[in-house]
Amino acid sequence: MMDNKTVWGVLAQFETTHDIYHACEKVRDAGYKKWDAHAPFPVHGLDKAMGLKPSVLPWMVLVAGTTGATLAIWFMIWVSAYDYPLNIGGKPTWSIPAFIPVMFEVTILFSALTTAFGMFFLNRLPTWNHPTFSSKAFERATDDKFFIVIESSDPAFDMNKTQSLLKSAGASHFEVLEN
Amino acid sequence: METRIPQSSFWHKAPFVCLALGAACLVAWALGYNQNPERAMYSYLFSFVSVLSIALGCMVFVIIQHLTRAGWSVVVRRVAEAGMAVMPLFALLFIPIAWTAGSLFPWAHIDPNDIALMRKASYLNLPFMLSRSAVYLVVWMVIGVWFYRTSVAQDEGKLPENTRKMWFMSAPSILLFALTVTFASFDWIMSLQPHWYSTIFGVYFFAGCLLSGLAFMTLICLGLQNAGVLKADITSEHYQDLGKLMFAFVVFSTYIGFSQFMLYWYANIPEEVEFYAHRLNHGWGFVSYALPITNFFVPFFILMSRHVKRNRLALTLACFYILVVHFLDLYWLMLPTYGAHAEEVPHMEITQGDLLSLIGMLFIYMGCVAFILVRNRVAPVGDPRMNESLAFENF
Repeated sequence: MMDNKTVWGVLAQFETTHDIYHACEKVRDAGYKKWDAHAPFPVHGLDKAMGLKPSVLPWMVLVAGTTGATLAIWFMIWVSAYDYPLNIGGKPTWSIPAFIPVMFEVTILFSALTTAFGMFFLNRLPTWNHPTFSSKAFERATDDKFFIVIESSDPAFDMNKTQSLLKSAGASHFEVLEN
Repeated sequence: METRIPQSSFWHKAPFVCLALGAACLVAWALGYNQNPERAMYSYLFSFVSVLSIALGCMVFVIIQHLTRAGWSVVVRRVAEAGMAVMPLFALLFIPIAWTAGSLFPWAHIDPNDIALMRKASYLNLPFMLSRSAVYLVVWMVIGVWFYRTSVAQDEGKLPENTRKMWFMSAPSILLFALTVTFASFDWIMSLQPHWYSTIFGVYFFAGCLLSGLAFMTLICLGLQNAGVLKADITSEHYQDLGKLMFAFVVFSTYIGFSQFMLYWYANIPEEVEFYAHRLNHGWGFVSYALPITNFFVPFFILMSRHVKRNRLALTLACFYILVVHFLDLYWLMLPTYGAHAEEVPHMEITQGDLLSLIGMLFIYMGCVAFILVRNRVAPVGDPRMNESLAFENF
C-alpha cells in the first residue's frame, strides 16, 4: 500500500508560541512559499513572521457592498418610477429617502455574504479531507501544540534540507505526510 | 515609559497661552454683544454646547472603558480623563446662559393663546429648566472629577481597589450620563424650537458627543507624543482602534439622523416637519443638503482604510475634519431657530460672534485640559491592565 502513496509534505511540532514564531521567520527567510502554520489560538505577529500579505478580502467586500448599493437603488428607481409607478402618500415616484433603508440593507447583505463566502473561498473551504488529518500528533493543533507544515510541491522543498531546517528551528517532533 | 511632560515642552506654556487667547476672543465677542444681544447669546449657546460635547464624549469614553473592563485603552484613558475632569469649567460658562435664558429660549415668553406651548409649560418654564440644568452640571462635575481623582490616586498607590471602585461606579454613572445628556439636549437644543419634538434627539446629540470626544482625544494623544511623552507606548494599534470607533460613530450618527428624518418625511405632519422646513429655507437648504456628504460620505470613505487610521498625518487631518463638521452639524441644529418666530425670518448668516465665541471657548477648554495634563502623569501607570494595553495588537 505504501507504494501508492506519495510524499505530500512534512509536519513539525513546536512546544511554545516563542518557538513557532522564530521557526516561521526561518522558514520564511529560507524562501518557502507553500507552507502554513497551525496554532490552537491566534499568535500575535505570526502573520508578519510568516511574511503573509494582507488579505484581499476587504477589497472583495468593498466591491460587493458598492454593487449592492448600486443594484438596490437602480432596482428601486426602476420599479417605483418606471416599471410600475404608484402614488404613495402623494410623494414623488423618485423618492430617494424611501429607498435608502433598502439600499442600506442590501449593501449589508452583499457585504456580509461576501465576507463569509469570500473567507470560505480564500481558505479553500470546504476541504473534506486534508493530508494533515492522518497525523495523530496534529490532533493537538486544536489543543496545546503548534505546527508548521511545508508542502513537497514547494520549489524550495528538499526532504533533507527542509527536515534539518525545521529541526534547527527547534521542532520537537517531525513527521512526513503522505496522500 | 515617559509619563511626565518635560518642563521645556510647549504643553507647560499651553494653559496660559490658550486661556489668554480664549479670554481675548470672548472679550471680543462681548464687545459685539450690544449690537444684537439675542443673536450674540445664540452664538454663545452654540459654542457652549459644541465644546461641552467634546467633554461629554471624553466622559462617556472613560465610563465605557470601565464598564467593559477594556484593556486596550488604558494607555490613552488619562487623556480622556483630562478632557472630562474640566467639567466645573462648564458650570462657570453656563452662567451667562442662565442669566439670559428668559430672552434666549422662545418658550420663556409665550403667547397665552398658544395652546400647545401652554400645555408644555409645566415642563418648559424657567425655574424648572434652570434647576434641571444645575442637576446636569452637578452630575457631570461629580462623575468627571471623581473618576479623574480616583484614577490619579492609583498612579502612586497602585491599589487594584481603585480599579474595582471605578468598575463599580461605571454602571450607575452611565445611566446618569444617558439621562442627563438626553434631557440636556432636549432643554438646551431641542427647546429652541419648542413646538417641535423628537424622541431620538438625545441619541443624535450623544453620537456627536462621542465622535467629537474621540477626535479630540486622538489629537491630544498625537500632541503629547510630539512633546516626547508616551512616545513608544501609544502605537498605531491604539490609533487604529480610536479611528475604528470614530468610523463606527460616523455611521451611527448618520443612522440616527436619517432615522429621524425619514419618519418625519414619510408622515409629513406639519408640527413634525417644522424642523426641516426651517432648515430647507432661508439659506439653510444648502447646509441641509451638504451635511450627508460632509458628515457621512467624506469621513466614511476617509476612515474606511486601515492605512489612514495608522498614518499619523492622515489621522490628524481626519480628526480636525471631524471636529469641524461636528460643529457644523450643531450649528445646523441650533441656529436655524434664531428668529423663527419673528415676522421676517432672518437669513442664514455666520457671524463674527459665532466664530469668536466658538474659538474662544475652544481655547479656554484646551487651556484647562492642558493645565490638568501637565499636573499629573499623562497615563494611568498604576492601572493593573497597563501592560495589556501596551502589548495591544489588532489582528
